[in-house]
Amino acid sequence: MGAYILRRLIFAIPVLFGLTVIVFAIMALIPGDPAVAILGSYATPENVEKLNRDLGLDKPLVQQYVTWVGNMLQGDFGRSYSLNRPVLDEVLERFSATLILAGTALLLCSVLGLIAGIVSAVRQFGWADRVITFAVLIGISTPSFWLGLLLILLFAVTWQLLPASGMYAIYGGGDLPDLLKHLILPAVTLAVVATGVIARLTRAAMLEVLRQDYVRTARAKGLTERQVIYRHAFRAALVAVIPVIGIQAGFVLGGAVYIETVFQWPGIGAMLVKAISTRDLLLVQGGVLVVAASYVLFNLLADVAQHMLDPRLKL
Amino acid sequence: MTAAAATAKEPPRARRPGAWALFANNRLAAAGLVILVAIVLVALAAPLLPLPPPDITDPANRLIRPLQEGHLLGTDQLGRDLLSRLLYGTRMSLAVGVSATLVAALIGSLLGLIAGYAGGRTDNVLMRGIDMLMAFPYILLALAIVAVLGPGLMNALYAIAVVNIPFFARNIRGITLGLARREFVDAARLSGKSNVAILGTEILPNVLPTIVITMSTTVGWMILETAGLSFLGLGAQPPQADLGSMLGEGRKLLFNAPHVSIIPGVMIFAIVMSINLVGDGIRDLLDPRLRSGALARPAARTAVNRESVADAPREENANALLALEGLNTRFEVGDEIYHAVNEVDLKLNAEDCLGVVGESGSGKSVTAMSILGLVPTPAGRIVGGRVNFHGDDLLSVPLERLRTLRGGAIACIFQDPLSSLHPLFPVGEQVAEAIRAHQPLSKEEVRQRTLELLQLVQIPNAEQRLSAYPHELSGGMRQRVCIAMALANDPEVVIADEPTTALDVTVQAQMLRLLNRLRRERNAAVLFITHDFGVVSEICDRVAVMYAGRIVETGPAEDVIHAPAHPYTRKLIDCVPVLGEQDRQLDAIPGLPPAVNRLPEGCAFADRCDRARDDCRVGNVELAALNKEGRAVRCLYPLVEGAEGSG
Repeated sequence: MGAYILRRLIFAIPVLFGLTVIVFAIMALIPGDPAVAILGSYATPENVEKLNRDLGLDKPLVQQYVTWVGNMLQGDFGRSYSLNRPVLDEVLERFSATLILAGTALLLCSVLGLIAGIVSAVRQFGWADRVITFAVLIGISTPSFWLGLLLILLFAVTWQLLPASGMYAIYGGGDLPDLLKHLILPAVTLAVVATGVIARLTRAAMLEVLRQDYVRTARAKGLTERQVIYRHAFRAALVAVIPVIGIQAGFVLGGAVYIETVFQWPGIGAMLVKAISTRDLLLVQGGVLVVAASYVLFNLLADVAQHMLDPRLKL
Repeated sequence: MTAAAATAKEPPRARRPGAWALFANNRLAAAGLVILVAIVLVALAAPLLPLPPPDITDPANRLIRPLQEGHLLGTDQLGRDLLSRLLYGTRMSLAVGVSATLVAALIGSLLGLIAGYAGGRTDNVLMRGIDMLMAFPYILLALAIVAVLGPGLMNALYAIAVVNIPFFARNIRGITLGLARREFVDAARLSGKSNVAILGTEILPNVLPTIVITMSTTVGWMILETAGLSFLGLGAQPPQADLGSMLGEGRKLLFNAPHVSIIPGVMIFAIVMSINLVGDGIRDLLDPRLRSGALARPAARTAVNRESVADAPREENANALLALEGLNTRFEVGDEIYHAVNEVDLKLNAEDCLGVVGESGSGKSVTAMSILGLVPTPAGRIVGGRVNFHGDDLLSVPLERLRTLRGGAIACIFQDPLSSLHPLFPVGEQVAEAIRAHQPLSKEEVRQRTLELLQLVQIPNAEQRLSAYPHELSGGMRQRVCIAMALANDPEVVIADEPTTALDVTVQAQMLRLLNRLRRERNAAVLFITHDFGVVSEICDRVAVMYAGRIVETGPAEDVIHAPAHPYTRKLIDCVPVLGEQDRQLDAIPGLPPAVNRLPEGCAFADRCDRARDDCRVGNVELAALNKEGRAVRCLYPLVEGAEGSG
């Protein structure tokens, strides 16, 4: 297993390399003078020229790219002009908040999605299945940013049960219960769509598996229906669902952009939106790269988990 | 026979409801279509409707609540009529979402076509690039693109289109790859057509359906995501407005005037939901398994619906170990009923081996699986008869009692050992599970017993094999594991459903010897299902021949093999090659068994029988006794004397 993880880590390197190429290519597409784009239209020509020189933008593209990657490898992601601090510091600080939110949401959607999918498959065509199938349909059709607003309206404004925004209370907050209270609404909102997707796939995978010969064998052995479903069928269905959970990690990380904006969660998504409207491109670049790299890591984890569950994949 | 196989025999498609009828039958999908069409029509007609202009501000009438005179949905913070803005916003959102879909479909399909058609290095480079795009979390890449191009509705459109290109490229490439190697493409190439012409005239028409389906599944997403970008202030810029930007502006007034943000949200939800419903409907329509019920979950036991049941076993079966009396099992697929097992009587005495022989589709497996309720419901259903075991009727015992019998007193061995073993558990664990299900033993005792069983079936290095997975064993080893599993609790009856069919010939012989030895050592009776009379002669004491769901001949194995009475039995025996008789003509039986959903009157074999006469095709041919040794045949003109028939 150790060797497999190592091999997967090595395979991840070209992917990470590809990510930097794409981000670099997108940034190179900026219409007009990048330095003007970075400094804004009020910049003096001297400033523009200096920045171009500082950023190496007068050099050929390939050389620019090599310098850029070299700097990043040394931890230098550049400086955010709007915040006047190193990009990496800001990104890492924000990213930890996003990880708390997205991690919780991912946990929620995996657990709820798997449970809902199994119940739905086991009670196929029963009322529980109908209710879940309908709820899933509504869940995956609801715009998450709108759902967030509705939940704020209900839980924070009307019933005043939970805080409407932020990560900690401004006065007297800062401990774990306070964090959890702030976490509930955004995490639930963020998890809804992914829960629906996972529930749907789990249901389909369970129904597929329950028709397999080895499930008939399990019944023919005299196992209880509970063992047949939760041990034999679920184990096989899980192997099919895990890669989907890995993919959902990407949608959850991306969806955090909306949710953090709606709930004013101090994460990397809200930072990106602000950075885009202030045209702080270095900050955008750094943020996008870090989130994308973490997504690669999530998928790697999903692969490893699948590998541990499915002996057929051992080579 | 499984339900899937039963469907395969299904007659012409014309009897099935048409696609449109099926779609309309799916009430949710039809409702989705109605809503979607309504929204699109209203949005298109917005300029024709008597609405105030969407951008005229009227600060005196700001934030009017919905359902007021003159403003059905109220007004926003600048006094603009919300209904009017909603319809114009919907127009905008639909236009942008559909345009993004078209752009993504065009570019993505083109990339997919080129990659799939060119193959080789071009394919490799293009698809690696697509993989890279997919390595980004979906919306993040769109953000990066908007960051570079600057906020704006057109830029949001491009960004959303770009991030959806991979879905099209991958789907189209997969299909093109298959098509590019087909004969008709080769023919076009040989006729001198250029590559561009081939792509356009030969391949494109074939991938078009896939493009349309991918569009229908992604358009909802694209509408949602462009609305999302506008919501964040990165899409539509004032005074331009789409649903997302309306929602974004309304958000600032959430506490005072929630209707300003709730209303556009409801519209986005309605659009996306109706598109999803229609998409699901189309997908269901295209998946033929849904129609046959093959995606339904099989219940823990076969459904039993008998109109009347005998109270006790028949007299002649009083001393039998296992006896089927008038068993009727059928499959119900849509309006069609397949009579897989028709009035079957079988009698298995203790320590006996009874072979049940027939072609595929004759109902022999369904007969065997009916005994323990292992025929999948839906679509399987037992509609008549009794299964006697120790005086009990297995078709009516409670599930818990049936469970203790399964793998306990009655065990099964199935045809394909690879698919019959769970791929994710070690074989030792799977055998141990069978023991634990019936015997309260300690962990160590179970392990010991498992080991003994594996040794009993002659698995070399049994100790090491305990932790092996099925895919690590050879076919013969796997079947040995299955046999060990069946013997785990010293069963009185072993149901072996073509246990050697999936194995190669040399292994078949080993397996038969092993089974034969074990059944004698362990005093187990065996119900042996097979299509091969060669196997019957090796192992069976008695034999029953099945055809189209009925027993057509039964008797001691040796007698039947030496002097078959039914023409069908004769033909089956002639199918067996005999070693050393190279010149013997191997007869395949001409024709096919009749579909069991519309059996002909009279003898079901008449159409394939060279002895058939006119009276073979009328009435019901009874199973008649031939002699005192229990031989019986369902034929008016049997091949041996002693029957009432005049043949």
